[in-house]
Amino acid sequence: MPSLRKGTTVHSTIAAPKTAVRRTYRWRVVDIVVASVIGVASGVIFWAWGLAWTPLSGLLAFAPGLGGLLAGGWLFAGVLGGLIIRKPGAAVYTEIIAAVVSMLIGTQWGFSTLIWGFVEGLGAELVFAAFLYANWRLGVALLAGAGAGVAVGILDTSFTDYAALDFGVKAVYFVSAVVSGVVIAGLLSWLAARGLARSGALSRFASGRTAAPRV
Amino acid sequence: MTAENETTGGARIIARGWGWRHASRRAPAVHGLDLRIEPGERVLLLGRSGAGKSTLIQALAGVLGGDEEGDATGELLIDGHAPQSARGEAGLVLQDPDSQVVLARVGDDVAFACENLGVPREEIWRRVPAALAEVGLDLPLDHPTAQLSGGQKQRLALAGVVAMRPRLLLLDEPTANLDPAGVVDVRDAVAGTLQRSGATLVVIEHRVSVWLDVVDRVIVLDPDGGLLADGRPREVLQTAGASLAAAGVWVPGFPPARPVRRPRVAGEPLLAASGLAVGRTEFGRRRPTVVSSGIDLELAAGESLAIVGENGAGKSTLALTLAGLLAPAGGSLEALPALARGLGSQPYRWRSRQLLTRAGMVFQDPEHQFLAGTVRAELEVGPRALGDGLGRADTVRVDELLERLHLDHLANANPFTLSGGEKRRLSVATALATRPQVLLLDEPTFGQDALTWQELVALLAELVDDGTALVSVTHDRDYVETIADRSLVLHGLSFEGRVIV
Amino acid sequence: MSLITPVIRPGTVARINPVAKMLAAILVALALLLSIDWVSAAVALALEAVLLPFAGLSARQFWLRTATLWVAAPLAALTTVLYGKDSGALLTRFGPITITDGSLDLGLAIGLRILAIGLPGIVLFATTDPTDLADGLGQVLRLPARFVLGGLAGLRLVGLFIEDWRFLALARRARGVGDSNPITRIARQGFSLLVLSVRRGSKLATAMEAKGFGSDRQRTWARASVFGVREWRFMALAVAIPAAAIVAAVLAGTWKFVLS
Repeated sequence: MPSLRKGTTVHSTIAAPKTAVRRTYRWRVVDIVVASVIGVASGVIFWAWGLAWTPLSGLLAFAPGLGGLLAGGWLFAGVLGGLIIRKPGAAVYTEIIAAVVSMLIGTQWGFSTLIWGFVEGLGAELVFAAFLYANWRLGVALLAGAGAGVAVGILDTSFTDYAALDFGVKAVYFVSAVVSGVVIAGLLSWLAARGLARSGALSRFASGRTAAPRV
Repeated sequence: MTAENETTGGARIIARGWGWRHASRRAPAVHGLDLRIEPGERVLLLGRSGAGKSTLIQALAGVLGGDEEGDATGELLIDGHAPQSARGEAGLVLQDPDSQVVLARVGDDVAFACENLGVPREEIWRRVPAALAEVGLDLPLDHPTAQLSGGQKQRLALAGVVAMRPRLLLLDEPTANLDPAGVVDVRDAVAGTLQRSGATLVVIEHRVSVWLDVVDRVIVLDPDGGLLADGRPREVLQTAGASLAAAGVWVPGFPPARPVRRPRVAGEPLLAASGLAVGRTEFGRRRPTVVSSGIDLELAAGESLAIVGENGAGKSTLALTLAGLLAPAGGSLEALPALARGLGSQPYRWRSRQLLTRAGMVFQDPEHQFLAGTVRAELEVGPRALGDGLGRADTVRVDELLERLHLDHLANANPFTLSGGEKRRLSVATALATRPQVLLLDEPTFGQDALTWQELVALLAELVDDGTALVSVTHDRDYVETIADRSLVLHGLSFEGRVIV
Repeated sequence: MSLITPVIRPGTVARINPVAKMLAAILVALALLLSIDWVSAAVALALEAVLLPFAGLSARQFWLRTATLWVAAPLAALTTVLYGKDSGALLTRFGPITITDGSLDLGLAIGLRILAIGLPGIVLFATTDPTDLADGLGQVLRLPARFVLGGLAGLRLVGLFIEDWRFLALARRARGVGDSNPITRIARQGFSLLVLSVRRGSKLATAMEAKGFGSDRQRTWARASVFGVREWRFMALAVAIPAAAIVAAVLAGTWKFVLS
């Protein structure tokens, strides 16, 4: 028992019994901090992407539905977070942090960024959950990107200025958002996670132990 | 509750056959450790790299991670219970000052540990100023932590630990990345804390002389398990001193070998600065903030110049300017014909590729310069950037560098997975791959153990003797004595640029 | 300073609990998102314009931070006018572009909505200290402290990111690859930054754990986060603005629920 120190209130902590299961779903501190770091870094990229979005979507203005191709730039945080942390809620958490940061810096979408972030993260999260948080291969990453794409497709065609456009345009937007999700959010995130693992930055994570152990 | 006796007493550490294997490694980091440390003892933990010192310290702090991160064998007890169940009883200070600051204001950062321990609010704000005073950090509570120097950040980390009133103080190379003044500040702050609280101390450090007067016991870990030596400092250093020095520890009385220098032959002048002012442009500003001005210097081939001065005097900024990476903020910096070889006389205006064979810069933090996925690819970046792909001569050069710097067995490893000394050697090697005429180094010996220091100094001496001009920004007195022909002392904005021969 | 750090001036709004400010911005955004019509957006914007000068943000900071909005709003409006859903009298036709009364209304609505939703968010957060917000989320909303403070620690590393970015650019120039085209350069530099940041994040996590963070022990808060009368008054204001906007739109007959 820890001995009483003068002048302080001591709360004795009873150690939680260790579970025999190797895989645990409880978030460690390092999970939270690294997920936040990835979220923040992604948030800065989201903000920059948001700046570039206006001219880029202007370029695509000849076919308004194609603006969906740019949507992937805001979807990769959740997939990347999920692939690295590999715990329930990672995709949603990382995407929300990214949305908050891009909002703090200043985007034209203001607070709706947060709501969008939550739903987009949910889109990826549901895919990871469907695989019981056990399968983290390329296929699942691509599907998660697609899931986020579906989420943003639904949101954008219902609640933003895109809701004011024709149905045909909305359909094109939806499909291109999903494609963008697969390529940018799915493939790129998977590559980034792999690059991180190779550099040894993920030594405290299960995702960093894909290579054979060093002697 | 005021003016109470702050003695918390020390923790007793007992290890019985303890070992730990990281999940990503095959061999255990520590095994078969039997140890007993009494309350209030002050222990210096030594051993060659890979002996498991950091692992032991992290285990004592309770932060080694659970089943997810590895397997434990045997028993490790602090005051009779496992370290994890009483996190916050041991205070841990790590090596990197930047990675320990949690919050944006000084007072909040110190209060963080107390908050986690459930200390009541009034008590927290009594402890915070007391802790800051104890470590000698005389700053207002809302001072931004981002504006602290390295030594100040380490003392801030120590203040946070002191506010916890720990019974066990654990320090993992706390002074490795600090200048000599910072080292003394931290050491004195720790000594004062131990005096007041009577806590147990376990400290890892390469440089034994810093802690020799503070500790009363030295333990040397054996990479093959167990202990190599354990006893009073003088005795251990006498018996195991030679082998420790061979393993890279800075043992007083066993200094690293200094290279033999050839007599200096004056070469062609390469760089000339006259009334040079250096500074950086802040984000969003138009004009640079000048940190040092009125600098006059001349650099010729085969010469070695050391730039010394206090923190904040602008040494790194000067090195970056001389290397053509920052624009001069005033005055003139001229590259003479022998260096410019057909280009303009302003290094800042040269293209990146043109810098490769003229001025090579090695940054203070090697990780900032890593670009490739393997060590070999890293060395090939420079020759590739010169154009025309990778020729036979280039491959030969890369192999030669790998061998010379003892990196050949790591040729396929990812640069980030190397140890500190290996990363430093790699970053120097990458600058050398394209044979620059001038080599600039920013704090090359920071945090280096004696072996790496020796090898680096030998390599640099050879380079200088062969005709490369060397500019080193450094705090290291031994390094200056060994390598530098001249010194340039910077005093910040009130500059007195005396060149000492 | 950089765009990421808040600018706290001792104004009235600066002292309001950040949680109240956050909830206010959410309320306004939610209410305005429910309908695309220019009356609700205009009323909300007008009311906000009256209140925003009291937020304590200097004019220069205000225009700098909201610059993207002022560019994006007219552009979005224009896109909608040209390609939006058509209704009412036709004004011109030019290939796929059709401009009608309806699309003009919609364009105006979209433009005003962007401003009405975006401005309060940016202004309120530009005057909020992240540590105070974290305190509020943990104490007022009782969100789990591990996530709130872990998130705050990660957020704090942003300031260091910017310094690292410049160093990375200098290092690339020194290594001879500073001349390559901007897109690959930014992508590679961004990846290096990600690696460095994750490494630093892992080390920070260890330091935080060593300070007792993350255990099940009940933690105390050094800085009190109070949700008192001032905050409730602010919330009342925050409810009043969208309420007024919606009422005005309904009365004017322009209210169009998005999901209908």
